[in-house]
Amino acid sequence: MNSISPITAPSTETNPIRDAIEAAIAENRVLLFMKGTPETPACGFSRRTVAVLQALDTPFAAVDILPDPRIRQELSAISNWPTIPQLFVAGELVGGCDIVTEMYESGELAQALGIESAAEGTPAPHMPEESIGGLLADSGMRAKRVSPESVENRLG
Amino acid sequence: MPTPEELKQRIEAAIPGAHAEVEDYTGGGDHFRATVTAQAFAGRSRIEQHRLVYDVFGAEIGGPIHALSLKTEVG
Repeated sequence: MNSISPITAPSTETNPIRDAIEAAIAENRVLLFMKGTPETPACGFSRRTVAVLQALDTPFAAVDILPDPRIRQELSAISNWPTIPQLFVAGELVGGCDIVTEMYESGELAQALGIESAAEGTPAPHMPEESIGGLLADSGMRAKRVSPESVENRLG
Repeated sequence: MPTPEELKQRIEAAIPGAHAEVEDYTGGGDHFRATVTAQAFAGRSRIEQHRLVYDVFGAEIGGPIHALSLKTEVG
């Protein structure tokens, strides 16, 4: 296995960052781990992936991985995927910038997001903001933001 | 500093029957774009195809190889 091993505390200890990442993946149907924020992406790949999601007019939550290197280490250990951004839909890794872009162009991404099936009576799951601890509601953008602090706050 | 030729050779050596085209698209020796064609991709999802290529480089991805943009095809 060549997956990146996080620098871990002894395995008997709890891992709050990993728990927070797993909780964020479970709680947000469409979740993007990225460098920077949707408003201010810090990397061209993250920027392009945000642009694709916005082009589909789909709401999504985002986690900035930059504030703490452990977020990226733990994320890559969970997802077995080495690069950022990473898009999760319904708890599953869809891919990074290349795959997301390719799937957008082929129409598969809209399908994966349930945008087409919504018209056929499959209701899109709602994400009540109060159900997501630490989420910052964003007034201007469609994207909701999981603040890096919310991940860090769970450390305590 | 890795070169496109080195990346190409490592991908082709690690994935049997693979053909890779690699370019350094910034000229800085750390941002690469690769198109990889391999029979080994058959029956695998895009995620799994890309993982096969990423696994060639392990922890170098995100380190010396800052970015490796991938396109994979069954061939």
